[in-house]
Amino acid sequence: MSQAVVDRLNTQFGERVLETSDAFGDHEVVVALKDWAEVAQFMKDDADIRMDHFIDLTAVDYPERETARFDLVLMTRSSVTCARIRLRTYVKDGEEPGTLSSIWSGANWAEREVWDMFGIKFAGHPDMRRILLYEEFVGHPLRKDYPIDKAQPLVPYREVDDIDKLPPFGIEEGQPFARIDWESRLAGGDDQVSPAIGVQQGQRRTLSDSEAARHIQARIDARMAKEAEAAQATEETTGEGSGE
Amino acid sequence: MGQLKVIEGGGEVAVTTRLSDLLQWARKWSLFQYPFVTACCGMEFMATAAPRYDIARFGAEAPRFSPRQSDVLWVVGTISQRQGPAVRRIWEQMADPKWVIAFGTCASCGGFYDNYTTIPGVDKVIPVDVYIPGCPPRPEAVLDALMLLQDKIQANDRKPIVVPPRLVPERAPGRTGEGNS
Repeated sequence: MSQAVVDRLNTQFGERVLETSDAFGDHEVVVALKDWAEVAQFMKDDADIRMDHFIDLTAVDYPERETARFDLVLMTRSSVTCARIRLRTYVKDGEEPGTLSSIWSGANWAEREVWDMFGIKFAGHPDMRRILLYEEFVGHPLRKDYPIDKAQPLVPYREVDDIDKLPPFGIEEGQPFARIDWESRLAGGDDQVSPAIGVQQGQRRTLSDSEAARHIQARIDARMAKEAEAAQATEETTGEGSGE
Repeated sequence: MGQLKVIEGGGEVAVTTRLSDLLQWARKWSLFQYPFVTACCGMEFMATAAPRYDIARFGAEAPRFSPRQSDVLWVVGTISQRQGPAVRRIWEQMADPKWVIAFGTCASCGGFYDNYTTIPGVDKVIPVDVYIPGCPPRPEAVLDALMLLQDKIQANDRKPIVVPPRLVPERAPGRTGEGNS
């Protein structure tokens, strides 16, 4: 069934179909960017193939590829013949493929997601806004050059002394502190990841129960010392205030 | 109540306490809650509220979906950066005295969402009174958290606290006897 669609596209578009494949029974057709919307329109309208079910539209980032950075991938299905086809094209950074939202209305949000995550704009799209992230967000996070832990908070994080986690939360727990072993780095070590992950990856030996208990106790002691210090400080200031 | 004095005599009973103790006692047994439920932890929250675990025993059965009428904000689930302003706003709209419970690992420290889109613990945005670890926590842990919060309210203690793991006496190390096979 799906092969019939590929054959139909081959006869219709000839040389303009750049590539076809059917790895593991998944039929795929590759076209040039300029033919993208036209081929999609044909797939939807042609009486023989009738690809009327828009499944998904997404992109893949290959930052090292020189010809075109992105793959744009469209997945469609026909509710008549049950054929499934994947249509793919190559998009350079900054190029604007034509929108498919006038062909399948489901493509509207999918294209907004591709814009949000990869920064590919679609020419002729009625509402080209971010869909998942917020307008204030800078960059496109599914591009491989976006640092995964680079958060862009809408509300500034609170700045208080006791925001450090209590035991059993160590400073190395919770993101984005999990990635880097700050305690070890500050002590001059070169451990790249937090103790828990380091143990998993075999970079570290497991702490025994007594060692772990000592670790936690040290944390509690440090915290209590800090609190006592703070309490003393407030006592001194109030004492001065009410003294005379 | 904290300091409670019972005076008996002549067939009558009088009880004395301090006004603040009485107020705290009233507060801790009538917690109106605002459930800010965003993720899978909500299932456990529902289980806790349902008859088997029965949060009504603690006077906390009434959810109020207006922050102005609620005393305790349950942050149940992952909070994304985009939700940050909403949580902050809801917390600001609640009338004092108010308390916050971080329900589950995601609300406590971000959980395994180590990425650009998740707030690493809701305490980055609003102050939290009780953290409940677990992914998700069982209803028993939630009830423990509620009781911890009641103790904190009674003692007028605003220091954040983590719900400790429950000790199972039969499995305590070094214990021998029936039940340990």
